Amino acid sequence: MIVADRKKIPEICGMIENHRRVLLVGCGTCVTVCLAGGEREVGILGSALRMALRLRNQGDVSVDECTIERQCEDAFIDILAQRVPEYDAICSLGCGAGVQALAERFPKVPVYPGLNTQFMGILESQGVWTEKCSGCGNCRLGEFAGICPITRCAKRLFNGPCGGSRDGKCEVHPDLGCGWQLIHDRAAGLGILDRFERIVPPHDWSTGLDGGPRKVVREDQCIADLCSRA
Amino acid sequence: MNDEPLILAFCCHYCAYAAADLAGSMRLQYPGNVRVLRLPCTSKLEVNYMLAAFERGVDGVIVAGCLEGGCHFLEGNLRARRRVERTRQLLAEIGLEPERIEMFNLSSAEGTRFAEIATTMVDRVKRLGRSPLRPGQDRIEQEVMEIGRQAEAMLAEDKR
Ligand code: SF4
Ligand code: SF4
Repeated sequence: MIVADRKKIPEICGMIENHRRVLLVGCGTCVTVCLAGGEREVGILGSALRMALRLRNQGDVSVDECTIERQCEDAFIDILAQRVPEYDAICSLGCGAGVQALAERFPKVPVYPGLNTQFMGILESQGVWTEKCSGCGNCRLGEFAGICPITRCAKRLFNGPCGGSRDGKCEVHPDLGCGWQLIHDRAAGLGILDRFERIVPPHDWSTGLDGGPRKVVREDQCIADLCSRA
Repeated sequence: MNDEPLILAFCCHYCAYAAADLAGSMRLQYPGNVRVLRLPCTSKLEVNYMLAAFERGVDGVIVAGCLEGGCHFLEGNLRARRRVERTRQLLAEIGLEPERIEMFNLSSAEGTRFAEIATTMVDRVKRLGRSPLRPGQDRIEQEVMEIGRQAEAMLAEDKR
């Protein structure tokens, strides 16, 4: 799941203060689950922004709220399309993909991010999420006993550990488990430690961000022409 | 009563609401600035309800739940405490004094303590001054009535 958290109120105020009518748009998917941008958080932010703007003597900026099922899919944005002409700015409580999907759909309307998109991760315990995958486009979990060295080793080492590991913790932060300790322990449990006797060759980063924005195409699922959309 | 602060007290049915009732039966004096709203449990209180009260212009909010360990629903009051804390953080970001809201714990037998809590919060809010978001006197009473109506509707929905 994509995990995000809310930007601070003063930062959001700063983005929207020069507009008259602002629509806050929540997203009903990942960011609802991580309690950052669903309907309830939109309600909280709406209330908070209206108060903060009034306290800055900008009470004439109106802030309305709505939440759609998925901001990253054009079909769901259709529901918004009729409302958007009434507004001169949108503040999205979706992940960065949602913000950009709205911006593509409404070229004349400024769209501001209300969230800081963080990472792909999992729910560790109620209210706590942790990063697990960096989306490198060439998954190597099979070689590392199912623990990602790119995401979970602070130095992204493929032939770790680095030497800074102490009592199973990473030197970067005492609360952070050493990714390589985790890999080692799990591999030992699986009886596959011998695979770390070979040097792991460098990663092909062209499948990651270094290759520019990526695209996934499933031709069997494509409907003619629609596939060419940017 | 134009310059008097107006405080909304979200009270749990099992403790603070009964304590407020007891304070009345005991003929205890406490400031008339507190409007009491009954909840089935303080954990019914979401951050947006507390913010909505401030948005409508109340000067202060009391959240009053059972003694810790004494919640009718086991840990509703502990959850409420975290939400009150989050509301305080939000108020600070918004630019309102976080001291305008506080959570208290008391039992249904503590009528005297309810009166004390009311007095403490009224004194504190008087020191802070009226909320800069507060509308005129008629409006604020109407707004508080509206919050009450919404809370009633919420409770009715719960019973269904
Ligand atoms: S190897 Fe790449 S795809 Fe696999 S978990 Fe790590 S970052 Fe994600
Ligand atoms: S201590 Fe472990 S996780 Fe931290 S940088 Fe070194 S190998 Fe990576």
